[in-house]
Amino acid sequence: MILAWTICLLMGTGLLAWLASRWSDTLPRIISLAGILLFLGIVLYIWFGHPAGGRWIVHYTHSWISAFGIRITLGADGLSLLMLLLTAFLGVLSVLVSWKEIKTRVGFFHFNLLFILAGITGVFVSLDLFLFYFSWEVMLIPMYFLISIWGYENRTYAAGKFFLFTQASGLLMFLSILGLYFVHGRSTGIYTFDYEALKGTLMSRPTAFLLMLGFAAAFLVKLSTVPFHSWLPDAHTQAPTAGSVLLAGLLLKTGAYGLIRFVLPLFPQASHQFAPVAMILGVVSILYGAKLAYAQTDLKRLVAYISVSHMGFILLGIYAFNQIALQGVIMQMVAHAISTGGLFIIVGALHDRIQTREIGQMGGLWTLVPKMGAMGLLFVLASLGLPGLGNFIAEILILTGSFMASRILTILAALGFIAATLYSLRIMQKVFYGTVLKKWAIADFGIREMIVMGSLAIVIIWLGLFPNSILNGTQKMVQGVIEQVTITANMAQNENR
Amino acid sequence: MITGPDIQSLLPMEIIAGGMLFTMVGIALKRNHILTVICTLTTLAAAFLSVLFIWPTTPHAIGDLFLIDRFGCYFQALVLLSAFVVTLFSQISLKNFFPEKRKEEYYLLLLLATLGGATMVISTHFISFFVGLEILNISLYTLISYYRERPKAIEAGLKYLILAAMSSAFLLFGMALIYALTGTLSFQDLAATALRHDSLSMTILIAGIGLMITGMGFKLALVPFHMWAPDIYEGASSPISGFIATVSKGAMLAVLLRFFTMADLYDYKQIMLVFTVIAILSMLTGNLLALRQNNIKRMLAYSSIAHFGYLLVAFTAGKGIGTRAATFYLTAYIITILAAFSLITLISRSDNEATDIDDYASLFWKKPVLATLFSIILLSLAGIPLTAGFMGKFYLLAAGVGQGNWLLAFTLVVSSVIGLYYYLRFIFAMMRPNGQNFPIDSHPSLTGLMILSLLGVAVIWLGVFPVWLVSLVSSLT
Repeated sequence: MILAWTICLLMGTGLLAWLASRWSDTLPRIISLAGILLFLGIVLYIWFGHPAGGRWIVHYTHSWISAFGIRITLGADGLSLLMLLLTAFLGVLSVLVSWKEIKTRVGFFHFNLLFILAGITGVFVSLDLFLFYFSWEVMLIPMYFLISIWGYENRTYAAGKFFLFTQASGLLMFLSILGLYFVHGRSTGIYTFDYEALKGTLMSRPTAFLLMLGFAAAFLVKLSTVPFHSWLPDAHTQAPTAGSVLLAGLLLKTGAYGLIRFVLPLFPQASHQFAPVAMILGVVSILYGAKLAYAQTDLKRLVAYISVSHMGFILLGIYAFNQIALQGVIMQMVAHAISTGGLFIIVGALHDRIQTREIGQMGGLWTLVPKMGAMGLLFVLASLGLPGLGNFIAEILILTGSFMASRILTILAALGFIAATLYSLRIMQKVFYGTVLKKWAIADFGIREMIVMGSLAIVIIWLGLFPNSILNGTQKMVQGVIEQVTITANMAQNENR
Repeated sequence: MITGPDIQSLLPMEIIAGGMLFTMVGIALKRNHILTVICTLTTLAAAFLSVLFIWPTTPHAIGDLFLIDRFGCYFQALVLLSAFVVTLFSQISLKNFFPEKRKEEYYLLLLLATLGGATMVISTHFISFFVGLEILNISLYTLISYYRERPKAIEAGLKYLILAAMSSAFLLFGMALIYALTGTLSFQDLAATALRHDSLSMTILIAGIGLMITGMGFKLALVPFHMWAPDIYEGASSPISGFIATVSKGAMLAVLLRFFTMADLYDYKQIMLVFTVIAILSMLTGNLLALRQNNIKRMLAYSSIAHFGYLLVAFTAGKGIGTRAATFYLTAYIITILAAFSLITLISRSDNEATDIDDYASLFWKKPVLATLFSIILLSLAGIPLTAGFMGKFYLLAAGVGQGNWLLAFTLVVSSVIGLYYYLRFIFAMMRPNGQNFPIDSHPSLTGLMILSLLGVAVIWLGVFPVWLVSLVSSLT
């Protein structure tokens, strides 16, 4: 029940913030901040207070559209809770970074922001496939508004592209959900969208593979895997800072979450068939994303391509089918959200001050904004995988895991580290060091911005030093998924003999 | 011989006819716009109540002509409710656009058209169906060109007259062929007699049904019989466009569903193939042609072509789930499209209707409530969650996929992605920072605003709690 209430809390806060904009521009910000902090508190309470044992830490079910077997089933295990924690944390930061940046239509902005968070929360806790698709769609529209109203110069194009890509792939997933629903209904006589019930559905191999492809289409597009990545640089670049943080930090993660939560357990056999293709796509994304990142002249676009590259590691790790890699994937989901979020906030702050994102116009900024430079250095080092920071743990785990699955691909993926060093150091070199090209008169980070960056910095270092605090929570979930996938695969192998 | 129960079952029609006569006498005694509107609204409300009253006595058959069952009653209720909303907004539209002229006859025609629609949905015989259809058509010719001094009204009316007459001829010829073969005009007997024939008579039967599909396809504006829709939607006043989109098309769809169910035509492979092709063409053509429209009424016309293509996906799924899905979707669509045309009426001013996309520029910042309502409407038409349109589309897809009709389901998905583009275009226009200053009505009618908000709430409500409508629709057949 508490999960349902958190979603209502976010939506209610959104409506309230919109209403409050009638009286003042600051009130919506305060209301949103309070609402999300409360949300963060609730998630922390569950995180620390949950009893051990049981598959789901929190579980709630209620009838919704009984004629079709649709129920409101919400549940959270270690992975969901971790994602909720991330959602709440980035939610707070998004409100804080937009405090000065968003000056027009403040109420409506926060309404959209909170509805995105509500949709994402729904995605992370839905255990009914219909409800899952429902939440999946709910987060799109406000995101579209966020980009198309408060974005930069080319926002209409970017928003439209983002929407069409995700909507088209989402509808394919919806067809697959319906297909699965009917296949399960025909074979058992029970028509239901329930996740647990659908898990063991018996179906022929071609059917399973086709249905799996529908799901994979939606998640791969969200994960911005090459060749479905072209919406991402546009959307990230044109979105306001809060939008970029949410896109990179959370929306991309829903793709990874979907693969782990739905594709692997629902279609273990078909996933094995698909694994070689997925892993190759993962490696291609790592290298191609890195190459494109290096070639960008627009700083924000560069950071966006870093996401493409890092998401490649996630895809590689998921389809390696072992616990180490999967733990690495979960670590990467969190670490990438923090490091890229930090970079986007720095880019946004720079753009606010010098009104350009062109790397060619910057240079030698360190002397002007030492705090910003230091923070920039930290997050650039994080994203190139420096030991001691979160991304390093994640990528090492993924590569260790995938080495067992495919050596050649792992070696190729490891080349991504070299590329990462190149593009990351290029940011530092061109923006903060080097010759001073223009005389900017700009302010360094203020207290509000230092709070935001400081908390991100603490988290990324914490992740690097104490990764077990995260990994212990997700251990049980990862073990369950991997066991299920390997058992089914072994069974299928035995049948073949 | 008409008996007591027969008269009771036809109560809604009698009330409309009686109310119409009463209103006519009233107009003869004293011309007063508001009074006429009140008479019309009372008549429609009374007819609606009488539908609820006869609901428990269903089903009741009157010879071969009518079957008053739950399905018919449900559609009658839909027709009456739509007519009620249309009347309310007609009052606003007439007051603004036709201030000095005679307005009262309009309502008589509207009631007559409603009577036609209400007759169609309970008819089970070619004759009663055709009479109902013609009552509806003939009133519509006049209603479409009622604002005779506006540039496109006469053109639209004339176009509709010629094309509708033509399509009626096709329909009649089809009926004649079927009659020549089977010797019967009732839907029910057709099923029994059609089976006994050899291949030659089979050809004639299919030809007859094919001609009928032409006539029906015209009323539903399905591709390739869709040419009239954009011009008529544009030329007619917004409430009348709304009337065509809801009452006229809805009644025809009800007849189509009933005809195919009763005459058992779902088993004819060729006919179903024709419908599959028509459905695919309608979905794609409608959405593709709507892409570049800057006139919102033309856009809604093309989108309605696509929506009836979607409906055919459910229709081809056959009896049972197909009929249920189509009924549900139609209900959701009627509520949404009524709201859309009401909104256009509401923000239009006397010199010109607000039809161009630029008229909606920055509406979000000038009239946030209206703009929010309009966004909800457009999102529902696009089939986005939290709205009625999404639940409807889910039902359609469930029907299509449930029958293994992947081609249609896939086309529906692809074309609705295309469709998103133009709905979003209008939403985006409303968000533009500074639009040209179209003098939108700064004080929209309060009643209108209230009804519109009710419709908007209904769209959201159906999108979140559709259970009651799902079970209502399931209980119809």
